[in-house]
Amino acid sequence: MTVSKAASSWQAARIVLQREWLLAVRRPAQVLQPLAFFAVVTAMFPLGYTPELAKLRAIAPGVLWVGALLASLLALEHLFREDASDGTLEQYVLSGQSLTWLLLAKTIAHWLLTGLPLTLMAPWLGVVLGVPLTAATGVMGALALGTWTLSLLGSIGAGLTLGVRRGGVLLSLLTLPLAVPVLVFGARATELAITGDSPTGALYLLGSLAVLGLTLAPLAAAAAVRIGLE
Amino acid sequence: MGTNWAWFHRFGSPPHVYRLAGLLTPWFAWPAALSILAALYGGLVLAPPDYQQGEGFRIIYVHAPSAWLSVMIYAVMATAAGVGLIWRMKVAHAAAASCAGIGAWFTVVSLVTGMLWGKPMWGTYWVWDPRLTAQLVLLFLYLGYIGLRSGIDDLGRADRASAVLALVGVVNIPIIRYSVEWWNSIHQAPSVMKMAKPSMPMEMLVPLLLMFLGFTLYFAAVMLVRLRAEILRRERSASWIREALR
Repeated sequence: MTVSKAASSWQAARIVLQREWLLAVRRPAQVLQPLAFFAVVTAMFPLGYTPELAKLRAIAPGVLWVGALLASLLALEHLFREDASDGTLEQYVLSGQSLTWLLLAKTIAHWLLTGLPLTLMAPWLGVVLGVPLTAATGVMGALALGTWTLSLLGSIGAGLTLGVRRGGVLLSLLTLPLAVPVLVFGARATELAITGDSPTGALYLLGSLAVLGLTLAPLAAAAAVRIGLE
Repeated sequence: MGTNWAWFHRFGSPPHVYRLAGLLTPWFAWPAALSILAALYGGLVLAPPDYQQGEGFRIIYVHAPSAWLSVMIYAVMATAAGVGLIWRMKVAHAAAASCAGIGAWFTVVSLVTGMLWGKPMWGTYWVWDPRLTAQLVLLFLYLGYIGLRSGIDDLGRADRASAVLALVGVVNIPIIRYSVEWWNSIHQAPSVMKMAKPSMPMEMLVPLLLMFLGFTLYFAAVMLVRLRAEILRRERSASWIREALR
């Protein structure tokens, strides 16, 4: 194969994004399963607790957040695993591009394919928990920022658990405690949105976590993947 | 820079550290035993009962030092892990590995003593108090670290992967503590009883400080023993082991 000149960072990122998109289109189950999981888990709460919407509304922030947290963890298991076993990640390392940058592109693709659909779905799932649709903006804002930070945190965990047998359970054990701040601020923003108050303060805190994650997590994820590929 | 750093590079040598740890252990273990015994006498016999909490307050002599150690050990572990990662120093990784179990147990001790204290004071074993909650999350962080370490068969990879996790955890712990405080301040009024009163009388305070010292020395002693065991395990095929064990 003849390559006239090396791809720029932006081109490389675009190639990664396109590849993830194509893979998702060819294997839609990987994208749809976490969404179905989110819906099923949410539907369990009225059945296991009470069908009274007033009571469900009180626990709705927690239900939505724990559901979204578990659904994105489910998807994170596949973030690097297939690419590690078929050698794609090794090609990333050898490509001469910054691994941090490529993994960030991959994580962005992952968020677009799981975090964003979960976010768009949450207000509709909220309806079955008695959450008014007027709260949709706040709920979606919180989940968009929160799932973004989760994807970044999870990329570290997914990198660290590469090559670990039964890595899925371990991935949850590693990622969930680190996700406590996201859960706390996210559930609070959702609660404020549901009660009709302004969730701005909590959203700012979520936003700062999202920015902090964006600056540090890709570096840690690249270090983790390098170790995992040894 | 050569000679100035020789003392540091010697810490990269397992036989040197093994010998040094053996020499240092009694210097930590005996002062630890003495100060813990003195603090126990001071705390359980000499100190007066608290005017509000009665005799129940005495659990602080175990609870507070354990809580302090649980956090400090994570910092020590992350520092050792960072040194191991940056200078590729195997002994530092061994030190980090020997910290994890001790730290997890001190976290358990602080949680259990906190619950035992809570039963008479709050009327229930568990309250979602910010400090108890943060300790619980810390325990999960330790469990994740230990789980990751045992999940990877290759020692070198286990060392480096768990080191990255320890560093990620150390960045996260302050954020977790802050978020839990914030969460608690929203959902319930701050608890009336604060353990650390600035007005604590000297008869209570001195044994407590002595206990902090004793626990910290105890950690140092146990960590050195565990470090030696860890080095032995890792270097079991090395020839210097036979010399050292003779």
